Amino acid sequence: MLIKRPSNGSNLPFPSEITPQEVYLERRAFIAKMAATAAVGSGLWEMANREAFAQAAPLAKLAATRNAALSTNEKQTSFQDATHYNNFYEFGTDKADPAENAHTLRTRPWTVQIEGEVKKPMTIDIDRLTKLAPLEERIYRLRCVEGWSMVIPWVGYSLSSLIKQVEPTGNARYVEFISLADRSQMPGVKSRVLDWPYVEGLRMDEAMHPLALLTVGMYGQVLPNQNGAPVRIVLPWKYGFKSAKSIVKIRFVRDQPKTAWNGIASNEYGFYSNVNPNVDHPRWSQASERRIGEGGLFAPKRKTLMFNGYDEVAPLYAGMDLKKFF
Amino acid sequence: MAINPSPKQLTAVKAVVFVLALLPFLRIAYLVAMGVPVDPVEFITHGSGDWALYILCATLAVTPLRRFTGWNWVIRLRRMVGLFAFFYAFIHFLAFLWFDHGFDVAAMWRDVLKRPFITVGFIAFVLLVPLAATSTQAMIRKLGRRWAQLHKLIYLIAPLAILHYWWMKAGKHNFEQPIVWGSVVAVLLALRVYWSWSRARTTAAAGSVRS
Repeated sequence: MLIKRPSNGSNLPFPSEITPQEVYLERRAFIAKMAATAAVGSGLWEMANREAFAQAAPLAKLAATRNAALSTNEKQTSFQDATHYNNFYEFGTDKADPAENAHTLRTRPWTVQIEGEVKKPMTIDIDRLTKLAPLEERIYRLRCVEGWSMVIPWVGYSLSSLIKQVEPTGNARYVEFISLADRSQMPGVKSRVLDWPYVEGLRMDEAMHPLALLTVGMYGQVLPNQNGAPVRIVLPWKYGFKSAKSIVKIRFVRDQPKTAWNGIASNEYGFYSNVNPNVDHPRWSQASERRIGEGGLFAPKRKTLMFNGYDEVAPLYAGMDLKKFF
Repeated sequence: MAINPSPKQLTAVKAVVFVLALLPFLRIAYLVAMGVPVDPVEFITHGSGDWALYILCATLAVTPLRRFTGWNWVIRLRRMVGLFAFFYAFIHFLAFLWFDHGFDVAAMWRDVLKRPFITVGFIAFVLLVPLAATSTQAMIRKLGRRWAQLHKLIYLIAPLAILHYWWMKAGKHNFEQPIVWGSVVAVLLALRVYWSWSRARTTAAAGSVRS
């Protein structure tokens, strides 16, 4: 979807550009019914229902200025694909589960607690957090450790803007992100696939890198629940699982955090998890990837780029053996 | 309760089973053709692998079903069901070789040799090939007793398939499905072990009476 900005100086779309919610919902429901009638078996009917449900709640628009310097001009993944193919184990382990189950997440009211080795710890409301710095749109590549990739226009601001506000002390060497783990809102938390809550972490210099994005939206709207609403991190040079979703707590700590995936399978998921075509996952090669929505079945895979193509982060790891610190 | 279908009824049952076993394939093909799955390669690979395993379990369930119900005619369905298991395993393998490796056989071999979960899945598939190839009436006659011995390979193939599934899911610590299907295979194989053990005991007891 192209995000148009009128030249009248306002970031709001013209009223004529907006299809009324009820009109497109009705259209979708009609198409879904027609498709389901024609479908063999129950699969499509189920998907059609899910689709109608997932679209039932309109997402608020978010005005943001495109940061062209940090954006790729590659073809964007469709909003539909980016919101219906998600790893978010709090809502189930199947990639279709989050879109189906995440409607139970309540994203308002929502606060993020910031604590640990900082001079100004705070508990900040999501609406205040959203306005803490000017919102930017950045079109990033996203590479999943499973070997697929997408191109997504995120909305947010550099994580460093938030970090500067809380003034970390000299003891803060790492930052830890803790996701919500509420059984009443997240059916997947009942399973034992991970030790809840989901924890991710970064070294301070990684967290301060301009590419590290505190993210509150995508495709010009607030984040859909299944994509980590209301606030998540996006780190385009690392595998997707490093980007914690639905964050409730940010802690500044002295020692390297025990992160969720690293904790249960440290031989497969390293703490750094930088995209690296030369270091295979133990059970599959990372040398290539499938771009979602591109070319279909017979399209050749793409070569994976070092740091997912974000070479500007290389100095962060100068002198480190990235085979050892994978 | 013994049910003895007439030849005509059996043909009808066979037709129904044929259509049922084909439905998962039709569903996968239809949804992919409609562009519904976000990642069609993953969808085909996982779907065909799942159904190969489910149908393989169905072939292993034929003998216990016969013994518990006395429905001896179900054995007449087994060859067709077994060939469907091979059909889905073949699609699974083809997806791996074609869509994942773009028919780069050298790259496929590297993966097979380097990654145990693929090694195991590959062996299970290769072992299925002679079973499918010897499923004709002529081969059954030609091989005689050795046909039955050859087809006992399924007792090795099923655990290999489970191990392949288990290791694949181990990457995400997601064992729910492998536990379910591992248990199904374990029960179906344990029944055989129990039967052969009790048969051996009966034979031994009969032997000791005679001596």
